[in-house]
Amino acid sequence: MNNVQTVSKPTPKDFATDQEVRWCPGCGDYAILKCMQRILPEIDARPENTVFVSGIGCASRFPYYMETYGFHTIHGRAPAIATGVKLANPELDVWVVTGDGDGLSIGGNHLLHALRRNVDLNILLFNNEIYGLTKGQYSPTSRIGTKTASTPYGSVDRPIDACQFALGCGSTFIARTVDTDQKHMPTVFKRAHAHKGASFVEIFQNCIVYNDAVFADFTDKAVAAEAQLHAIHGEPLLYGKEKNKGLRIKPGTVQLEAVIIGKDGVTLDDIIVHDETDKTLASLLVNLERPDFPMVLGVIYANPESTFEAEIHKQIESVKAESGKADLNAFIRQGRIWEVT
Amino acid sequence: MESSSLKQDQRSQASDLESMVVRFAGDSGDGIQLTGSQFAVSTALSGSDLATFPDFPAEIRAPAGTTFGVSAFQINFGSGVVKTAGDEPDVLVALNPAALKVNLPILREGGLVIVDTGTFVDRNLKKAKYESNPLKDGSLDAYRKIEIDISRLTLEAVKDSGLGKKDALRCKNLWSLGLMLWLFGRKRKPIFDWLEQKFAKVESIRDANIAALNAGHAYGETTELSANFTGFRIGPSELAPGTYRTVTGSQALAWGLVAGSHLSGLPLVYGSYPITPASPILHLLSQMKQFGVVTFQAEDEIAAVCSAIGASYAGSLGVTSSSGPGIALKAEAIGLALSVELPLVVVSSQRGGPSTGLPTKTEQSDLYQALYGRNGDAPVPVIAPRSPGDCFFMAIEAVRIALKYMTPVILLTDGYLANAAEPWLLPDIDTLDPIPVTQRTTPPEQGRAFNPFERDPVTLARTWAVPGTPGLEHRIGGLEKSYDTGHISYDHENHQKMTDVRQAKVAGIADDIPEQTTEGGEQSGALAVVGWGSTYGPIYHAVIRARAEGLAVSHIHLRHLNPLPRNLGNLFDGFDRILVPEMNTGQLVTVLRDRLLIDTIPLNKVSGQPFKISEILDAIRDELLAKAAE
Ligand code: SF4
Repeated sequence: MNNVQTVSKPTPKDFATDQEVRWCPGCGDYAILKCMQRILPEIDARPENTVFVSGIGCASRFPYYMETYGFHTIHGRAPAIATGVKLANPELDVWVVTGDGDGLSIGGNHLLHALRRNVDLNILLFNNEIYGLTKGQYSPTSRIGTKTASTPYGSVDRPIDACQFALGCGSTFIARTVDTDQKHMPTVFKRAHAHKGASFVEIFQNCIVYNDAVFADFTDKAVAAEAQLHAIHGEPLLYGKEKNKGLRIKPGTVQLEAVIIGKDGVTLDDIIVHDETDKTLASLLVNLERPDFPMVLGVIYANPESTFEAEIHKQIESVKAESGKADLNAFIRQGRIWEVT
Repeated sequence: MESSSLKQDQRSQASDLESMVVRFAGDSGDGIQLTGSQFAVSTALSGSDLATFPDFPAEIRAPAGTTFGVSAFQINFGSGVVKTAGDEPDVLVALNPAALKVNLPILREGGLVIVDTGTFVDRNLKKAKYESNPLKDGSLDAYRKIEIDISRLTLEAVKDSGLGKKDALRCKNLWSLGLMLWLFGRKRKPIFDWLEQKFAKVESIRDANIAALNAGHAYGETTELSANFTGFRIGPSELAPGTYRTVTGSQALAWGLVAGSHLSGLPLVYGSYPITPASPILHLLSQMKQFGVVTFQAEDEIAAVCSAIGASYAGSLGVTSSSGPGIALKAEAIGLALSVELPLVVVSSQRGGPSTGLPTKTEQSDLYQALYGRNGDAPVPVIAPRSPGDCFFMAIEAVRIALKYMTPVILLTDGYLANAAEPWLLPDIDTLDPIPVTQRTTPPEQGRAFNPFERDPVTLARTWAVPGTPGLEHRIGGLEKSYDTGHISYDHENHQKMTDVRQAKVAGIADDIPEQTTEGGEQSGALAVVGWGSTYGPIYHAVIRARAEGLAVSHIHLRHLNPLPRNLGNLFDGFDRILVPEMNTGQLVTVLRDRLLIDTIPLNKVSGQPFKISEILDAIRDELLAKAAE
């Protein structure tokens, strides 16, 4: 480590590049960038050990604005490139920045496998339910009927839910947050960073130009308290201004039910206490649909397991220990050899 | 009925031969590849030069007894220099009717065919689509034949082993191997050693195999066969002194990559996705973890190349590998690697195309793909090994160029080289040139920004700064970069400059590769035969034979295809005509016309089989005798 660098603790400004930020004015990406620059010093991240890898799309411009190592790669492939980075150097702190098109359409396969393998990556999926960079086509998260340049009569195909996908892929960490929530987002980023293994974070991000207000039904200040449920490990799943609403198991079913405490004999004891290590609960929570249920945000699932790159290197080390000093000259002379004189 | 129709004069003629081509053929369940490779080992240990060529069926588990389930293994060995697996077999061992049906057409006229008569029953004949029994209807009249009920003799030989009939019959290949070892005066000891090792845990199978091997050998020695047939004797070859082993192209390539990692001091990260015929490299490297090799079986071809790029970005030696269809999928990522100027080795094991094509057959039809198969002006150095052993050195060369010039490099091998084997003079790794690598660690002066695209004035390679290095944080990407700062730039003059410098960097490698020489023959003359890759063997022999006939022909073999050696044009000027044999429809011909403005004569073959020496020899004669006479 370079001494000059370690003397002073970096500040948010130290994580900002001199490059002009080129997102549309009012784009949700700005708030996410600011949040990231803010939390990195707080979690003692070193710029030289931090790498941002992105694919293609508006979100994927992100690395250019971070004064760390950064690799703006090709469409959909960021998880695969980041996997290579971690295989080569597991010590690096690697963030993957992707979007709904990049991560769930063209790069769906790589996202699946990075999550399945549990590569130690912090994956941020900026979901704006639209293709912004290519000027507004519907995306795999767009709701049925979304009218765009490529779907003037409304889209007809069924959308995918990012967190349901991640859970199905075997992700060991799943969280959701909202671009404008500068109080909530930092806590989620910090948790994602602290998690060893693939951390998947869906950020509801507003594309002001092509899909403005698509999440307004739960992100607008006026409705947020009633429409968002912030899941916290060990605490009951409550929401609402008065924190008098909650989720319980509907008696006689394996479904969740939104209830009001004090109504129909419901008490606080009926409300489920959030257990982020419970995969079944996580799957119920990510399956809740608006507007009948609140949008569940926060760390929905976190259950650490050994990481892919750690296992790979463990295997290499054990073979090394077993076989002694590797000698290529001796290796290629194994088996039958003969002398010609 | 066991009989031998060998005649005395034919035998003496055969035993005078300097080299011999033997082809083992049977059902894919018959253990043909094992038999062939063990025969090769024993032959190598006896000091003969050799070359082998396994010919697998396209189906993994084709129905037994069918023609499309036939597996074959060909070996050419001799006391002279042997560079190909041979044109026409002199000896064919056919373990069932389907094997005879498929392979008889390529047997040399007058060649020896050994058949297992026990399998020539109606059911098998029907499966092989024989209308009548070829052993009885005169189909084999043009050949010498040895008819033996190998099935029955094998069952007899292993009857004390306690194996059931099905398992017992599996020893048939060892019985045939025993007979062949006797026929060519080879030792059984290496095979015993191998069986001891392989079946150390299953004694019954080991003992049965040994019994079958001995029985086959004894059969040759004691039966009436020896009365009129004393076997072939091929003496040791004139190989250069040193320590040898047999090596396949896949082995040499895997070991060469590890050597490249060793010589550069960078850990090897190999990202790959299973595909024929490239997978053996993945298998071999995954057995070399003691060298710190990371092998990553990716989810697809794109992830495979991307993981290698990510690894190079993080300071390792990233390598990926595939065959044509997979290389097509990697094209965009190779473009990224050349745009961000990161080292990357891409191994392309060519097979028959287009599309899925002929996965198990060899071809050289991906030269265009390697040279041109990307969007944009996207130059990539391309090199090609010419023999199984050469794969080792060309793998090191690929690593050297990739690291020195910060560029992806495509190494073009093919299905033939991947599977073919030859005796290999073992190199001493300690005497190979180290590959110097510079990863920058010093931060820029106070107040100055680091430009990752700052270039070495000679090689034009950009500066490599690896994540984890303080003070050199920077961003790279596939968008065009400013020549002066490395930041994104949409400036048109800058794009011109960056395009030019990427082109110049790759073109400049020509100063750093050996001048082209001739392999055989003079530096000028009436005809040069120019090849690349695995056609080396047949061209080599064809040119030697033509020269023995007094024809003024030389052999030029390219190992660097982009850039081409600087002196190539001058060298070509010394020849009246240039013949280019290729296993494609004339791709090198086009490239040479493009780069050197010369017209060459194409000789093309895309049958999935390597060139025969005779095909090239005929073309040489045609050029120098027939056409010259016109
Ligand atoms: S198009 Fe939408 S997502 Fe892209 S920068 Fe503009 S507002 Fe942001």
